[in-house]
Amino acid sequence: MILLDRVTKTYGKVATPALDRISVHVEPKEFVIVVGQSGAGKTTLLRLLTREEKPTSGKIIVGGIDYDKLHDRDIPLLRRKIGVVFQDFKLLPNRTVFENVAFALEIVGATNHEIRATVPKVLDIVNLRGKEKRLPMELSGGERQRVAIARAIVRQPKILIADEPTGNLDPKHAWDVIKVLERINHYGTTVLLTTHNQEIVNKLKRRVVTLAHGQVSSDRAEAEYKI
Amino acid sequence: MNRRFLRFIRVVKTGLVNFVRNAWLAIAAMAVMIITLLIVLFSVITNAAFSNTIAQITDKIDVSVYLKDSAEQTKVNTLIADLHTLPNVRQVTYLDKTQALGRYREQNANNPQLLSAISATDNPIPATILVKPKDLNKINDVEKALTNGSYTGVIDQISYQGDRKAAIDKIAHATNILRRAGIVAVAVFMVISVLIIFNTIQMAIFNRRDELTIMRLLGATTWYIRGPFVVETIVYGIISALVSVGVIHLLFVASSSALQATSLGLLDINYASQYFSMHFWMLLTGQLLLGMLIGAASSTVATRRYLKFKSK
Repeated sequence: MILLDRVTKTYGKVATPALDRISVHVEPKEFVIVVGQSGAGKTTLLRLLTREEKPTSGKIIVGGIDYDKLHDRDIPLLRRKIGVVFQDFKLLPNRTVFENVAFALEIVGATNHEIRATVPKVLDIVNLRGKEKRLPMELSGGERQRVAIARAIVRQPKILIADEPTGNLDPKHAWDVIKVLERINHYGTTVLLTTHNQEIVNKLKRRVVTLAHGQVSSDRAEAEYKI
Repeated sequence: MNRRFLRFIRVVKTGLVNFVRNAWLAIAAMAVMIITLLIVLFSVITNAAFSNTIAQITDKIDVSVYLKDSAEQTKVNTLIADLHTLPNVRQVTYLDKTQALGRYREQNANNPQLLSAISATDNPIPATILVKPKDLNKINDVEKALTNGSYTGVIDQISYQGDRKAAIDKIAHATNILRRAGIVAVAVFMVISVLIIFNTIQMAIFNRRDELTIMRLLGATTWYIRGPFVVETIVYGIISALVSVGVIHLLFVASSSALQATSLGLLDINYASQYFSMHFWMLLTGQLLLGMLIGAASSTVATRRYLKFKSK
C-alpha cells in the first residue's frame, strides 16, 4: 500500500539529509507506528507521502500511484485518497465543526444530501455530537484534534496518516483517539501513526518503525517503544 | 445533480459569501475600479461626440467655384465632369445663376440690407459649383486642380478661405491629441487599477493563506480554491460597471436639467447624451465585460503563488 524505496530528502544545501535512504513497505490494512525523537525525520516522511515535499532521490509509491509519474494537476486527486490528521490540526478557522468536516466532502463533489447523512455519523465516532456549530477557536485542544480526525476519515480513505494525533491530549482522550484509529483500521484502512507516547506504543502491540537521524534504526512487528 | 455543476455552484456561493464578509476590502477595490471604468466610458462618449462635431464641421465646408458669366455651358460641363474624377471630391453641386441667387437669399435671410442691395440690381450672383471634399486636410488638392490654367475661361474665382481651413485643421489636430491622450489616460488608469485591485486581493489572500494551504492539503483543485476569489472580483467588476454607467447617466441628467448646458467647448453635450442613450445597452455590456475581465484577471494572478506545488 505504501512503498518507500531508498528515499532521501535533503533540505536546501544542508549537509545531513532529513531522510537518508529510507526503505519501508506497508501492506494494505496494516497499522504501523513510526516513532523517533524530534528531528528524526517523522514529519518529513509524512510530508513526502502527502506530496507536500518531493524526495531528493528514491521512489515513493502509494496506493499504486508512482510519485515520479504524478503530474501536478493530479496531486489533489492523490490527496483525496489519503486521510491526514495534522499535528497542528489545520482546521479552517472561519468554518464550524460541521463545515470543516463537510469541506472534505464538498471538494470531492458530494451532494448536500450525502454530506448531511455522513458528517453526523463521523462526528458520532469522534464523540463530537452537539458541537457541530462551534468554531475551532471555541473548542479545546482535544476537541480540535477529534475534528481533524473526523475530517480525515469522513471520505473513508484507504490510507490514514496521523501525525502525533495524541500530542496535545491527556491520557484518557489520547486513548479515545487511538481507539478511533484502531476502529478505522479494523474496517480496512491502512494506518500510519507517528507518536512520542510510549504507553500507547506498548499497549497497541503493532509494528513499530523507529527512525533515528533520518534512517530506519529498527522495524519490528509487535514491538515495544525503545529509542 | 452533476458533481461538476455542484462544485461550480459551491464555488459561486463561497465567492458571494466572501464578498459580503470582506465588504470593506471590496469597497476599496471597487472605488478604484469605478474610477477606471468611468474614465473609459467618458472617453468613449467624448470621442464619439468629437467625431460628430468634426463630421458636422466637415459637412459645412465646401469650395465654392464662381463661374464667369461668359463661360460656355459645354466648358462648364467639362469642368463638372473633371471635378467628379478628382479623388478627394465627395460631392459636386452645380447652381446656375438663379439657384445661386436663391441660395444667397437663404443664407442672408436675416440681413435685409444685403437682400435689398441684391434686388436693386440685375442678379449679380454668378453661377456656382459647390465642391465638398472627402478629407479636409486635402482640400488644397481640389484648389490646385482648379487653378492649373485649363479653366481660366470658365472660373472667375475660387472661394477657399484659408483662415477657415486653418481653424478646422487646428480642431482636427486638437481632437487627435485629445483622443490619444484619452487612450493613454485610460491605459494608465487601467494598469493602476489592476495593480491596486491585485494588491487588495493579494492582501485578502495573504490573510487567508493558511486556509488556502489547508484546502490544498485536503485535495481541493486549483479552481475550487481560486474560484471563489475570481467570483468575488467579478462581482466587484459588475458593481463597478453598473455604478460607472449610473454616474454618467446622472451627469447627463444634471447637465441638461440643472445646468441647461448644451455644449462644453467642442464637446456637444446634447449629442453626447443622445449617443449615450442610443448606445446604452452596448456601453453597459462593454463596461460589464471590462469590469469582469479586470476582476477575474487580477484575482487569477494574485492567487497563483499560493497554489503552486513544490517542484523540488
